[in-house]
Amino acid sequence: MTVVLETTGLMKSFGGVQVIDDLSVQLNDGEALGIVGPNGAGKTTLFNLITGVYRPDAGRVTFKEKDITHLARQDRCREGIGRTFQIPKPFADMSVFENVLVCAAYGRSMSERASYARCVETMELTKLSTKANKQAGALPLLDRKRLELARALAGDPSVLLLDEVAGGLTESEVEELIETIKDLHREGISIIWIEHIVHALLAVVGRIVAISFGRNLIEGDPNEVMCSDEVQACYMGGTPV
Amino acid sequence: MSAQDFSVARSTRMHRYVLIMGVLIVAALASFPFWAQVSFLRTMVTFFTLVALAQMWNLLGGYAGMISVGQQAYLGLGAYGLWLMGDVFHIHPFVSVILAGGLALLVALPVAPLIFRLRGGYFAIGTWVVAEVVRLVVANIQATGGGSGKTVISAARLPIDTRINGTYLLALFVAVGSILLVYFLLRSRLGLALTAIRDNELAAQSSGVNIFRSKLYVYLISAFGCGVVGAVVAMNLLRIQPAAAFSINWTAYALFIVVIGGFGSIEGPIIGAVIYFTLLQSLSQYGTTYMLLLGVIAVAMATKAPRGIWGIVTKRWNVHLFPVRRRLVLEEPPEPQGTTGAGAAGPVAEAS
Repeated sequence: MTVVLETTGLMKSFGGVQVIDDLSVQLNDGEALGIVGPNGAGKTTLFNLITGVYRPDAGRVTFKEKDITHLARQDRCREGIGRTFQIPKPFADMSVFENVLVCAAYGRSMSERASYARCVETMELTKLSTKANKQAGALPLLDRKRLELARALAGDPSVLLLDEVAGGLTESEVEELIETIKDLHREGISIIWIEHIVHALLAVVGRIVAISFGRNLIEGDPNEVMCSDEVQACYMGGTPV
Repeated sequence: MSAQDFSVARSTRMHRYVLIMGVLIVAALASFPFWAQVSFLRTMVTFFTLVALAQMWNLLGGYAGMISVGQQAYLGLGAYGLWLMGDVFHIHPFVSVILAGGLALLVALPVAPLIFRLRGGYFAIGTWVVAEVVRLVVANIQATGGGSGKTVISAARLPIDTRINGTYLLALFVAVGSILLVYFLLRSRLGLALTAIRDNELAAQSSGVNIFRSKLYVYLISAFGCGVVGAVVAMNLLRIQPAAAFSINWTAYALFIVVIGGFGSIEGPIIGAVIYFTLLQSLSQYGTTYMLLLGVIAVAMATKAPRGIWGIVTKRWNVHLFPVRRRLVLEEPPEPQGTTGAGAAGPVAEAS
């Protein structure tokens, strides 16, 4: 199986706090990978290092066998890494359609006109078609999360980084979202999904990496990882056996 | 998945009326030289330059998020550019006005990468420092007349009617041109990126937008525009002095106009310029009181209505006089043959 995205020995500290401490994660082509860990474990920071929001103090990020550690943010998107933000960051004064259009045009380096069809397709996939002309800043939470997904997808990514897309949604909304993400995975997009809602994660991913204090804790089969003493200890307290 | 039929609409019926109104207003303004007094024409030149200046400043500050307090650098360079092209190279002054903008752009090219390293407040200070440096350099060159400046002889020698009317029409052209420039820019692909940058820089970058490049284009366009404005001002006054040409007041006017009119819109700078110009014409004889009043208005607007007058209007009525938006119109997919699903009405596309 080929590795599509890989981080090797990542290090990152803010002030005196070591947020990421020798973290290595591999994503295989076509795989759906879940990432779990307590608050402050460095999950979102990992995404920020992969997408270039921060530069690592040490370590490497490799995408399709190419070292992208020092690539500019916008170029990582164009290479095919799409991401959603944990706290949705819509272009608030633009419409849903215009939001998606930015990503379809710039994420794929195409003209505006040639990107319209892609937008329609993406909005259909993320069930936003009926809200295409609504102002993005006025959307309810579920639609904001869908918009995050739509924008990430519009750039035609081969790897999708999902940062707690299910967080804050109602049970039925979570179910809807799971179906959408499953569809995407079936289409061949590789996914890394950070999520606290475990049953949602288990419904989609084939492997889980648990991290704690910026380090690799344990990884493997989703159910085994979630039931492991290490993960139980780090969520519930107590000492691992 | 079935690809749905769709079209993208940009303007509505209202925009046709706006266009007709706009053409009528511009035509009326263009007729002024045939009947209005000379002093009035010269006053109107000031108004036109304010509109253009505010548009250029808003393009930088309102859209690209670059709050510059140093646009007077390019205004001054434009003014001296007019003198350089007209008096030294003997190019017709009316042509020199446009070339002067080019000179400002040439200077902006190496300045941009330098000050783009600065962010927020530091960027603002940086632009001011650049403007001061340019002023000091120009004021210390003997050939440009040093601190006492130059008279634009090539323009002064034009027949008076040609000069006054020509300058008026040129200023009108520059004001309308600045509005159209911003309008077409915003409608373009670059405009899409700029609007995204205005709303969220990090998300824009994560969507593949090259922020440095987008900002560079905008900075260069704004420098060109400010240079042309400076040249028109010099055409109107015929006299260029470094202290006046590079005065920070230029940026202060632009800032005031944009703050009261509306940040990040095309309509805002136009409205702001009308208000500022009216205040200037009716109250400026009160001196200090007038300046205090301007200050109070600016502070009140900045705290109570940060998006200015036009911001209030769009929030309440959701109108946009300039069709820069993109509206997706989805055609209803054709009804599949032989379906028996009673009551399964598909989603109706909004078609208003």
